[in-house]
Amino acid sequence: MLTTLLKPTSGVMELDGLNPLTHKNEVRKRFGIVFQDPSLDGDLTAQENMDFHGVLYHVPHKLRKHRTEELLKIFELWDRRGEQVKKFSGGMKRRLEIARGFLHTPRILFLDEPTLGLDPQSRNQLWNHVKEVNEAEKVTVFLTTHYMDEADRVAHRIGVIDHGKLVTQGTPAEIKEQTGTTSLEDAFLKLTGTTIRDESASATDTMRQFAKMWQQGGKR
Amino acid sequence: MTAIYVLWLRELKRYTRSRSQIIASLGQPMLYLLVLGFGLGSVFQRAGFGSYLQFIAPGIIGMSVLFSSIFSGLGLLWDRQFGFLKEMLVAPVPRIEIMIGRTLGGMTVSVIQGLLVLIIALIVGFRPVNWGHFPMAIVFMLGISLVFAALGVAVGSSLQDMQGFQLIMNFLVMPIYFLSGAMFPLSGQGWALKIATRIDPLSYGIDGMRSMLLGSSTFSPVTDIVVLACAGAVLLVVGAYRFSKIEI
Repeated sequence: MLTTLLKPTSGVMELDGLNPLTHKNEVRKRFGIVFQDPSLDGDLTAQENMDFHGVLYHVPHKLRKHRTEELLKIFELWDRRGEQVKKFSGGMKRRLEIARGFLHTPRILFLDEPTLGLDPQSRNQLWNHVKEVNEAEKVTVFLTTHYMDEADRVAHRIGVIDHGKLVTQGTPAEIKEQTGTTSLEDAFLKLTGTTIRDESASATDTMRQFAKMWQQGGKR
Repeated sequence: MTAIYVLWLRELKRYTRSRSQIIASLGQPMLYLLVLGFGLGSVFQRAGFGSYLQFIAPGIIGMSVLFSSIFSGLGLLWDRQFGFLKEMLVAPVPRIEIMIGRTLGGMTVSVIQGLLVLIIALIVGFRPVNWGHFPMAIVFMLGISLVFAALGVAVGSSLQDMQGFQLIMNFLVMPIYFLSGAMFPLSGQGWALKIATRIDPLSYGIDGMRSMLLGSSTFSPVTDIVVLACAGAVLLVVGAYRFSKIEI
């Protein structure tokens, strides 16, 4: 909803002091987003993906070139900038998407389960890079994840959401203290219970499964 | 405006980079041209209609323009979930520019595709009667691509999953093709078929191409252009409306 893609059923929200409903374009300029599903163009090169993004966000030509070089270097993709993205590994694609999200110097960057399906090395590296930019450019990073150890390690503040409702929020230490547990994983279980949330598959899930099959088929 | 250009450029780059796909997409029109063109040739000749290859070539060009333009629109379904489109929907760009850029890109690609088929047709023996009308034939290709790229966007924005895709293919795309008179002359049918062929916008596109390339047609070229333009305008509005309603 904050990203202007969905309309709220009730309530008011603000992003950087602006209402996403009434100031759509202003709000869109102020955030960057990395979706759960990939949103790169595989037929284009890493550089072109960055370029197109820059044009869409009205980043002036010179600045665009400069930022692209800077960010691709930070995320260790500069040497591969001329290659088509479909030849990249999962971790590289993720890094490129995050680099792209930072390109237009947003005030806030949304990451929707950015480490899903990545190996520990890529995950570790990815967070180091994100932290680097987060500290250098003072960008708020808003992330969702299912890995509690990850949240514990990288997040300053955490909100636990269950069944669409915010259960609690605070720093990792506060949440652990509040529940009297030693790890965030235990705290999470204590807050939300141990029953498994079985939701029926949506159309998107069906598509995702299809995409997976397709990818595997393509590799063989 | 830059957004429209970028989107158009993207479609073009994607097309030129997938060479294997270009070749694959030429396979079907070639099959129709060669097998039907020569296979039914003698029957067609005996019925007194002249060369079937000459007759069917504009139809096959129309077919490839139809397929590639409508698929460029239907590709939205995939692109908005797993592609660059999703990223564009949250960019500070009006949706209408995204829709126009994509449609123009799809149109350009499908006209290129049509021209490639024309070249193949020329190689296997198709001979246009009047080269002077050739630019007008391209205008008709553009007309066909406009109508069906817009239709593709309208349908692609409304589809929710891949199952719908098959349905569209069998109950929309194939009927449009078969009812268009691409493969048979639009005269001497019963009333039901006659009505159906006259509702199909592709009939007018292919008829227009025939009148330009062969000098013979069922409707007048002016009728063809007017119908294509009207259908294109209506579908563009519908497409833009459906596109503006996409939620992810």
